[in-house]
Amino acid sequence: MKFGPMKAHRRTILVQIALLVALAGLALTFVLQALDSNINLFFSPIQVVAGEAPHGERIRVGGMVEEGSIERSDRSLQVEFDVTDMAGSTFRVRYTGILPDLFRAGQGVVATGVLTEDRLFEAEEILAKHDEKYMPPEVALALEAGGKAAGDGS
Amino acid sequence: MIVELGHFCLVIACLLAVLQVAMPSIGLSRGNLLLVESARSLAAGVFVFTLFSFGALTLAFLEDDFSVAYVARNSNTLLPWPYKVSAVWGAHEGSFLLWTLVMSVWTLLVASFSKPLEQLFRARVLVVMAALGVGFYLFLLLTSNPFERSLPFFPSEGSDLNPLLQDFGLIVHPPLLYMGYVGLSVPFAFAIASLWSSQLDVSWARWSRPWTNAAWAFLTLGITLGSWWAYYELGWGGWWFWDAVENASFMPWLIATALIHSLAATEKRGVFKSWTVLLAVFGFSFSLLGAFLVRSGILTSVHAFAVDPDRGQVILAFLIVVIGGSLLLYSVRAWNLKSVVSFDRTGRENFILANNVLLTISATVILLGTLYPLAYEALTGGDKISVGPPYFNAVFVPLMLPMMVLMAFSQRSRWWSTDSSVLLKSQWPMLGASGALGAFVSWLLGGLDLWVAGVGTLAFWLVLNLIGELRRRVKGRSSPWQRLLKQPLSVWSMVLGHFGIAVVALGVVAAVMVSEETDLRMAPGDVETMGQLKISFFGTQAVEGPNYVADQGRFEIREGDELLAVLKPEKRRYLASQSVMTEADILVRFGGDIYVALGEPLSEGAWAVRIHIKPLVRFIWIGGVLIALSGFLSLLDKRYRARRATNDAKAVTETQKETVYG
Repeated sequence: MKFGPMKAHRRTILVQIALLVALAGLALTFVLQALDSNINLFFSPIQVVAGEAPHGERIRVGGMVEEGSIERSDRSLQVEFDVTDMAGSTFRVRYTGILPDLFRAGQGVVATGVLTEDRLFEAEEILAKHDEKYMPPEVALALEAGGKAAGDGS
Repeated sequence: MIVELGHFCLVIACLLAVLQVAMPSIGLSRGNLLLVESARSLAAGVFVFTLFSFGALTLAFLEDDFSVAYVARNSNTLLPWPYKVSAVWGAHEGSFLLWTLVMSVWTLLVASFSKPLEQLFRARVLVVMAALGVGFYLFLLLTSNPFERSLPFFPSEGSDLNPLLQDFGLIVHPPLLYMGYVGLSVPFAFAIASLWSSQLDVSWARWSRPWTNAAWAFLTLGITLGSWWAYYELGWGGWWFWDAVENASFMPWLIATALIHSLAATEKRGVFKSWTVLLAVFGFSFSLLGAFLVRSGILTSVHAFAVDPDRGQVILAFLIVVIGGSLLLYSVRAWNLKSVVSFDRTGRENFILANNVLLTISATVILLGTLYPLAYEALTGGDKISVGPPYFNAVFVPLMLPMMVLMAFSQRSRWWSTDSSVLLKSQWPMLGASGALGAFVSWLLGGLDLWVAGVGTLAFWLVLNLIGELRRRVKGRSSPWQRLLKQPLSVWSMVLGHFGIAVVALGVVAAVMVSEETDLRMAPGDVETMGQLKISFFGTQAVEGPNYVADQGRFEIREGDELLAVLKPEKRRYLASQSVMTEADILVRFGGDIYVALGEPLSEGAWAVRIHIKPLVRFIWIGGVLIALSGFLSLLDKRYRARRATNDAKAVTETQKETVYG
């Protein structure tokens, strides 16, 4: 006699749990979808030069700003500069807007944007950083990768 | 000499913390009350020696002792003295020393202001806090010693504090944030102590509530200040970036917010007992996770400290021990914990449940987005990705909208069950009025916008419900105003906190949807028209600060012919580090902040200029401060003051009662 209501109670709980799991699954699907459409893959100069980076997709690139490569427009805020891995792979970045304070030639940089031509990157955002001593891990890796490739070649 | 003394004090503090774990534990197992009580005096000792140590480092900064490597890296003789003090926590080692100091402060506070706590229970709480402290001291001493000397060859001049940190915001932001982060260790310690003693009744919830409220209020204040600082000092004009480190502070806040609500339900109604314990564990775990993310340099972040993987690994190990240990204890002790109390669908318990579900899910999806780059890298064998703000907006906003709706209703709810006539009373008229108000605000801000009007509606609806609830409390009394003033502070605290949420919501939606932002090239004499405003640029002149030189721009802001203000943003170059920094100038007004910053100099005296007009952006921080105040206000509530006056014996009998009936 005692089990009857207990069982009914358990059944309700089971249904509730099933509903909850289904709901959580649905939510997770949405979240993962949102995640998937908002990730930006990172590419190093050597990958950009080798044509491994996709065109027309939002990606991130990084490396060092080549000395003497910064060119400003006289009329607008457009600026162009070369990004290099210091081992021979170089591509051009074009950006319109205000560069972060710590941006300068010979410093690490990470940019988000779209690769429009083979070696031309249209940046939407140039990453600023708090600290001069801080090197974005991506850039450090990109330089390492470039260095390794150059080392293998010679 | 003083530096060595500081180092020595730190070692002593660590040893005392070890004793604070060992002696009361032995006392508890042998029933020796003298040993049990030693926890309190040891807590005082730990605090004093940590304070000495912190003072020694501060002195090293004030005296420009560049033989200390940390001082040489983060200070300079030209640095104004207030910044020499704040430079103590300007980088990893010193900020972690501050962290341990804050830990010892909280431990001392618990030791001194928990008289009503049962003696044995308090000792357990102090043991848990000391154990965490030992971990922090060891980490500091072994991997991040701020007292390390670079003898015999040390620099004659320091390399200066990062200019971004030379600002009032940075003097107060870390201490407040750490009070919040580390403060979450108190509810954690209460939860662990209750698991440890198998005393899983509702008393731990009652005791830990004021502590949780205090920590949460500090965390709120710290985050708010950080956002304000990012707005005026980083030179970007943004106030939230979904940056990994911002998320690291926001996740514990979300969990702590869930915790203060669930603690209320546990204390008042004895429900969600085991869930509340779990939340307390996760709140502090998220704090530690934040410390790990910031200090390991594992994620690309504007906030990241210089990278040191070893430190990251040590914190990660500590994190695993803390989370793993707590969950193990939880699974052993709390698996059969049941709440016998039932409640109705319309009861306040149910609203709190919904609040907890939504807040926990928010924290989880933010965690997912924050850690996804790490998982991706591990799974794909080294591919680096970043997750952009659109993800966080896409998952967070849809969770917050129903949250606001529930928040509005919940103000009218009662424990156990709410009569539908009470819950739904005048909701339609109020919704109508809020819709009108929302639309009106949106129109004021320059044209109907669905988002502004919508979120505005929700915000006003919440406010009207708060007013409605206050009105109900005083209705039918002979002197309603007096009655209103006599409402307990806990009621006012609740009203203030939720009102703050409404203010933040309005500020956020206005700042996101209505602000005007332009980056442009301006030569001296150029005039830029934005709506009613004319902004003219009159070139720059050189000015000198104590430790920097700057180009100071002159901008006149006119509305029609009336001169509203002259803004003088600066581009500074700090002498020691040669780093360049933007100092924006902001005209604060109700119709919208006018924010002007200098980018970089272009040809012929022209500059890249950033102009933002941000309506209601102040609401974000005003709201944040109101929310924090609500937390502090709750501490002043009579029931806490009254309890402090009661003696231990009464608390013990109360506990026993709870054990029997809970």
